[in-house]
Amino acid sequence: MLEKALRGSKAYWGWIIFLLALVSIGFACYLGQLSRGLAITGMSRDVSWGLYIGQFTFLVGVAASAVMVVLPYYLHNVKEFGRITILGEFLAVSAIIMCLLFVIVDLGKPMRLLNMILYPTPRSILFWDMVVLTGYLLLNLITGWHALEAEAKTVTPPGWTKILVYISIPWAVSIHTVTAFLYAGLPGRHYWLTAIMAARFLASAFASGPALLILLSFVIKRVSRFDPGREAIQKLAGIVTYATAISAFFIGLEFFTAFYSQVPAHGMTSLAYLFWGLEGHGKLVPWMWVFVLLLALALVLLINPQTRAQEKWLKLASAAVFFGMWIEKGIGLVIAGFIPNPLEKVVEYVPTLPEALIALGIWAAGFLILTLLYKITIAVKEETVQ
Amino acid sequence: MPITRREFLKWGGIVLLGLGAWPTVRGLAANRSTYEANPQAYSGQKWGLAITMSTCWPHYQAGCRKCFLACQREHNIPDIDNPKEEIKWIWTEPYERAFPELNQSYLNPRYKGRPFIVLCNHCDNPPCVRVCPTQATFKRPDGIVAMDYHRCIGCRYCMAACPYGARSFNFQDPRPFIREPNPAFPTREKGVVEKCNLCAERIDQGLVPACVEACPYGAIAFGDLEDPTSNVRKALYAVGYAIQRKPELGTKPKIYYLV
Repeated sequence: MLEKALRGSKAYWGWIIFLLALVSIGFACYLGQLSRGLAITGMSRDVSWGLYIGQFTFLVGVAASAVMVVLPYYLHNVKEFGRITILGEFLAVSAIIMCLLFVIVDLGKPMRLLNMILYPTPRSILFWDMVVLTGYLLLNLITGWHALEAEAKTVTPPGWTKILVYISIPWAVSIHTVTAFLYAGLPGRHYWLTAIMAARFLASAFASGPALLILLSFVIKRVSRFDPGREAIQKLAGIVTYATAISAFFIGLEFFTAFYSQVPAHGMTSLAYLFWGLEGHGKLVPWMWVFVLLLALALVLLINPQTRAQEKWLKLASAAVFFGMWIEKGIGLVIAGFIPNPLEKVVEYVPTLPEALIALGIWAAGFLILTLLYKITIAVKEETVQ
Repeated sequence: MPITRREFLKWGGIVLLGLGAWPTVRGLAANRSTYEANPQAYSGQKWGLAITMSTCWPHYQAGCRKCFLACQREHNIPDIDNPKEEIKWIWTEPYERAFPELNQSYLNPRYKGRPFIVLCNHCDNPPCVRVCPTQATFKRPDGIVAMDYHRCIGCRYCMAACPYGARSFNFQDPRPFIREPNPAFPTREKGVVEKCNLCAERIDQGLVPACVEACPYGAIAFGDLEDPTSNVRKALYAVGYAIQRKPELGTKPKIYYLV
């Protein structure tokens, strides 16, 4: 079936070449980082994780798109999702690959990566994150591929894949929970030390992943003869609406605990840094207000059934959710955890150009994988339509 | 005879399984002689320091930096003049930064803004050790939180976990920044985390930590916190009151400040 990715229009090849160019630029910058060290990034001894780990954290959430179509389809028999489960699973595959790449480029000694396996350390949450992420990658790759192969041959998928699908549902919850635990279990990082971190991760994940899937469905409808179906998209829109509203509520909870208790060690200073600036430093303030505006816009458009039902407003709302959550989780959450630092000093972080290009290269690599997987999927679906 | 796909997979799988099992076999079967400790080595259950700041301050004000210099020379600490990439093992912070939760509105001017010597606290319950995915940082039986620079993958999770900012990362190759390399101690490579190791290498030879030895005024007392006759316990009971950095976090630091 892989050969189906090798036949395409000029626009398809143009897109592939564009992505490959971005991947090459990112890779060239990464070679520079390998030889000079992480000094080429904007990270410091105070803000020791930055853009890379932020993207990793956000993309773990995007991988949730799969479970948000798989779960209703397999557990609640929501037939409309039958057309797009494979799309969700393959989005998860590419998102997880991006996650793993972001972790690898963040390492000071990537050639020692196997130490994670050679010296397995069950007390480290990072060890469990590796386990759940690779497991989720395999689950989605295997179930998605077999479902597609079965569809191409117009047979039912082998029975054992259904078992894997059922395993993948709680597994999806585990990838978000474990990734949230990476942060939520650290003493002295006030902004992260919150029991609702895992709940926040799940809520924002179930908003941003399906929002991207909606946008991708519209792209597919436009560039191919396969239509994911209005019903499926509207059902996804409902999920995004609930998840976005719950996300906003959870962030409000953080504000209440911090500011009503007035305990500085409950994230007050980090929240102040994010939304108002602290001690004259406020590089993230404009970003966070864009996030607030995007979230408000998305909620208005999504909660109102008239706008949610209209394609153009739904597109806008989905884009607002995706970019809003990217700001909150991919930038704000990780960086603000380090600000102020353990000595109560504000040291800011700005990514450098090579760092941003490496990150862009990984996004391009992810979209390249996604494009190839979707190309094959759509080719199969177009054949069955005929 | 051509190999079928099935056979290839079968034998490939067996070979991979063997490779995977090899470290276990080696670990179980190796006839390793037990590690012999230096008979001169100090033995203790819980090494700790007690720093008498009132002894330190007049000399610090007069320009004494002997403990810092001794540590720097002893451990090949690079001198990187960039606050973002600095490597710090032992340094000073003003009172308000070292003890943010003890910063009162009407703080006695005796403490306000005064420099406190800070270093790795060698916590009894170290979060850095808990989070490290490769056991590159570990707690020794004598309580020292040590680093294996050859095991570290540079994920910097320990830096996120340390509530004292005691860990530094080699963002670049540190070797060009070492003024007088000490051949008796390893230098580090780029991409690994480093910090104070309470001179574990000296204790193993029966020597006190370099900073303790270098202080001509005896401001830093070293010893076994579990031993009531040790220098550190004597210092703790001798003067005033001892404080610790962020005790509310439950990390149980083993560095005490006498104020």
